Amino acid sequence: MTDPSIVLAADVPFPPKVEDFYLPSILPWDAHNSYWFTKLTALVWISVAVLIIYFLVSYRKPKLVPTKKQWLAESIYGFVRNNISIEMIGPRGVRFAPYLATLFCFVLLMNLWSIVPVAQISPNSHIAFPAILAVISYVMFIYVGSRHHGGFFKYLKFALVPPAPWFILPLLIPIEFFSTFLVRPFSLAVRLFANMFAGHMLLLVFTLGGFAMINANAWFTPFSIVSWILTIALTFLEFLVICLQAYVFTVLTASYVQGALADEH
Amino acid sequence: MLAEVAGSTAAIGYGLAAIGPGIGVGLVFSAYIQSTARQPESSRLTLPYVWIGFAVIEALALLGIAFGFIWQG
Repeated sequence: MTDPSIVLAADVPFPPKVEDFYLPSILPWDAHNSYWFTKLTALVWISVAVLIIYFLVSYRKPKLVPTKKQWLAESIYGFVRNNISIEMIGPRGVRFAPYLATLFCFVLLMNLWSIVPVAQISPNSHIAFPAILAVISYVMFIYVGSRHHGGFFKYLKFALVPPAPWFILPLLIPIEFFSTFLVRPFSLAVRLFANMFAGHMLLLVFTLGGFAMINANAWFTPFSIVSWILTIALTFLEFLVICLQAYVFTVLTASYVQGALADEH
Repeated sequence: MLAEVAGSTAAIGYGLAAIGPGIGVGLVFSAYIQSTARQPESSRLTLPYVWIGFAVIEALALLGIAFGFIWQG
């Protein structure tokens, strides 16, 4: 046990806990139980700044034959506009393309922090951020539905009362209410949160597990190395999950809006 | 002979909870592959529904993770 790397890793806590997600405060430095400005806060602000600056810069002087930057920004927007808004909502979906594109980019960038070196944690692994995004989607589809059907109560009637025989309605109305107004925002928030939470946990288990094994017995070193190689493989899996969850969040928001805008069941 | 086993039974519970969503996600993609094999030009049409179905089923498995941590105390 003279190897310096082993001595360095001597006090690695294993298994990882929920407390590992509460990072120490940056401002004031290293204060305990102070969560006003942590790494997560910094990452959220950086994401917002990167998105605003990137899209402003790449679209400052739009050209007919786009430059590389403009092409990338346009293809991101075009992807959301054509493949999500128009495909899910129909021709009326173009109106929602700006919000959906913003949502997609924001969720994607926030998720991406979980595999960027140094950052290594996504703000979305705390439920507060997905919850707010889900509330925005929730308010939006109810508002859009109320506008489209001419009043909140008319929309409520449209959403809750399906065309069915009267005797089945006492069963259907609670189910519809439960699924549309309670489960939708909850599942939207929890899905994104739990994906990022589980992804971070998984990477922690494999990284710290490698250290734990090497600490337990020097003969376990090969297993530790396998564990660290798996961490790299899981990082690629995490990248897949990141893109998929950003897409799913946007598609589900679009599908809820589409449901609110539909003219018949 | 008795061996001491330390740890949380939540791990076993989550393993059991993941069976159902696992089967469900498998069914979603098997249906998509079948429908695409039978009607290749419908692949783009059905893809958004694949992701919605996948997301709804996956939410069950993820609820398992989240509630495992909530109720562990």
